[in-house]
Amino acid sequence: MQASARLYTVVILILFTGIGLILYKHLILGFPLMPDEKKFVWTIEAKIDFQATGEPVIVSFALPPKEPRLTFMEEDFASSDYGFSELSSDEEQRRVQWSKRSAKGAQTAYYRLSVYENDKLIESQPSDDPLPPQKPELDEVFLTASLTLLETVRAKSANPEIFTRELIQTLNSPSPNQNQRLLRNDKAGEDYKTDLILNLLALEGISARVVRGLFLEDGRRRQSLTNFVEIHDGQKWILFDQDTGRSGKPGNFLIWQRGGQSLLDVIGGKNSQVSFSIIKNIHSTRNLVVNSGMHAQAGLIDFSIYSLPIEQQTAFKMILLLPIGALIVVIMRILVGIRTSGTFMPILIALALIQTTLITGIVIFLIVVSTGLLIRSYLSRLNLLLVARISAVIIVVITIIASISIISHKLGLSQALQVTFFPMIILAWTIERMSVLWEEDGPREVFIQGAGSLLTAVIAYLFMTNRTVEYLTFNFPELMLVNLALILILGQYTGYRLTELYRFHSMGRHHASDKR
Amino acid sequence: MLLTSVKRLRSMGIIGMNQRNFGLIGRYNPRHLYPLVDDKLKTKRLAQEAGITVPQLLGTVHYQHDVRRLKDMLSAYNQFVIKPVKGSGGKGILVITEQDHNLYYKPSGDAVKLSHIERHVSNILSGLHSLGGKPDAVMIESLIQIDPVFEDYSYEGIPDLRVIVLQGYPIMAMLRLATHASDGRANLHQGAVGVGIDIGTGEALHAVQYGDPVYFHPDTRKPFSNLTVPHWDKLLELAAACYEMTGLGYLGVDIVLDRNQGPMIIELNARPGLSIQVANFAGLAPRVAAVEALETIDPDPQSRVQFSKRNFAAVRNLIRPRRRTNPAAFTLLATKTN
Repeated sequence: MQASARLYTVVILILFTGIGLILYKHLILGFPLMPDEKKFVWTIEAKIDFQATGEPVIVSFALPPKEPRLTFMEEDFASSDYGFSELSSDEEQRRVQWSKRSAKGAQTAYYRLSVYENDKLIESQPSDDPLPPQKPELDEVFLTASLTLLETVRAKSANPEIFTRELIQTLNSPSPNQNQRLLRNDKAGEDYKTDLILNLLALEGISARVVRGLFLEDGRRRQSLTNFVEIHDGQKWILFDQDTGRSGKPGNFLIWQRGGQSLLDVIGGKNSQVSFSIIKNIHSTRNLVVNSGMHAQAGLIDFSIYSLPIEQQTAFKMILLLPIGALIVVIMRILVGIRTSGTFMPILIALALIQTTLITGIVIFLIVVSTGLLIRSYLSRLNLLLVARISAVIIVVITIIASISIISHKLGLSQALQVTFFPMIILAWTIERMSVLWEEDGPREVFIQGAGSLLTAVIAYLFMTNRTVEYLTFNFPELMLVNLALILILGQYTGYRLTELYRFHSMGRHHASDKR
Repeated sequence: MLLTSVKRLRSMGIIGMNQRNFGLIGRYNPRHLYPLVDDKLKTKRLAQEAGITVPQLLGTVHYQHDVRRLKDMLSAYNQFVIKPVKGSGGKGILVITEQDHNLYYKPSGDAVKLSHIERHVSNILSGLHSLGGKPDAVMIESLIQIDPVFEDYSYEGIPDLRVIVLQGYPIMAMLRLATHASDGRANLHQGAVGVGIDIGTGEALHAVQYGDPVYFHPDTRKPFSNLTVPHWDKLLELAAACYEMTGLGYLGVDIVLDRNQGPMIIELNARPGLSIQVANFAGLAPRVAAVEALETIDPDPQSRVQFSKRNFAAVRNLIRPRRRTNPAAFTLLATKTN
């Protein structure tokens, strides 16, 4: 009795702390309890890495232009012991510079930007006409090929806009003729294609420039910039996707840099590279103001997950979902009484499902496990020791996964490439355990436990991918306390499990001899 | 009806898994005592010290390189049982009933080669059948000779009796009979028959296969109505004495009857299952409550058994016809319910 009284005291304490913190954040700090579609803030972090050679270092980096449609909430620049200056404050061509007398070894600099789209309506103002393009210098063969191509395209178009779209589509055509193949040089990268399009447009006398930007997708890490082409049709600039020819700015595309200037220059260093991480935080506009106002005083926010670098924040978004999965497993086992193979394997499967999407993930899981079981049944005839056999199964699993990736890639099914997200060692153990189960308790038990694991995983997946759940777990980590309290209470449940109502079903009938 | 109601189960006093884990195992079985029952060699030694009969130990294998000595070790015995020391739920048990010209015969009549036995032993050593896959050892025991009483009720295996002992008081008992469906194993999940046994008399009370009532052995067609376990008092006393031996308050004691040596303890279980309630068509809860209501635990196993026989004897027998003089009544009942 005393033990349970103590437990309930702890539970109530945890519960109140959790709920109290949530209410404080909601009522005082103004965090909304539900995700709100319209108002979200993108936080983008650019990470610049390079190897300093020991000489004086100057790093210059292009920043995204300020546009009226975007509100830049906050910009941070960080790097240890570097001098820092803004090179040009021109809104269109912003650039910053880090410098140091001497440095050696791996160096990192960060730039972090929080931005949200405002609701301002702006008239597109006519811009100054750009200088007419300079004719590029091309070699004879290339020039002939270009001119032929331009002629075909010109025949099909009426104005610069249609011309550009037609040109890009022709260049990207899936069945190129000899001419197009020579021009587009399939081995070259994205930048080559951009140059090619700019050169061809210049030959045609159309002013154009390269635009580099970032697709904003929640939770992305190690992204790089994507090239677009922008042309001037005499009145205004029009943006084109250089892979599809579609015009206009796609949604969630942040323009980082216009024109042919370099994105990053490093003097006194080598192997420099930039990678971008993106995360989406959801706030209401009012709260953005409140939030930044509180930033200095509210310790709760200052010491929260928000203060971590974005890359870690993205990882935490996933980690904070794990307690939800654990709660589901507890409910399924204690209240429902479903048998799973391995207590927490369903959570790992659910995590993999999040990466692969539901149907693809289940299909892959079933293929890997059933193929694994087949091969394992052969291995059992080879008379191996247990550890060697499991290790062999791990290799088999990896082979299966590699084959699935390759075959599906050849078939053009890109989703199946996600197969690598499955925890392979766990899969190998699952296969081993299920095949032992098969030998000892028969296929029925394997089916029950396999189906139980998968069902639990799918339910956990459905909760973990729910937008509200995702929002709440990340923005209110205090919910973990509530979750903990729930699990502690469930740990005290001594009633019947749902499956026991079936297990003891014959007890429900009045006994045959009672009828007499 | 596929489901029953919580109310009905509660009124019958059925204990569920959560209640078992929390109120019985968690309460009466201190963790540090588990090794005594999880390691069958330790159990055997303890039992011998306490003067309890156990099957004779013919040999043990602890290391992989000893596997090749197996042939010499086994040559002296015509019949033997190979068991994992830390196995659970009857897993990994290999029974050999005859040895002839390098062939070993299982109870089913199938012959296996020495290499099969060697592989089985090395699988056990690497922990295939042990709890949590920990490395294990192998024990070789003498084969138990089936008691004539059970000959009509067994398909291949030897029936074993499971007695639940709470703080030294036997509270419920069940006989487990292997069937063709269970492949000669005494595991209720796999289709073995569970026969509830009256604590008061040792008579069969009620029997189930796959959770549903049965009235005769599915393979031998023998009715359970005239099944009575012999040596009943001796058997209960053995079970009751295991409490002092291990200190575990909630214990499943597995006992077999040997034709020559009488009741023997083959295994103890610190996490006994709940199917015994279905086999007895009765819940454990009222009996647990009766034991928990006692102020002191009687130190003498014999008087504890007397207490149990007085308090937990069946009020009515569910498979014995009331008029024993008229066997036709039973046949009628059996055909009706089938």
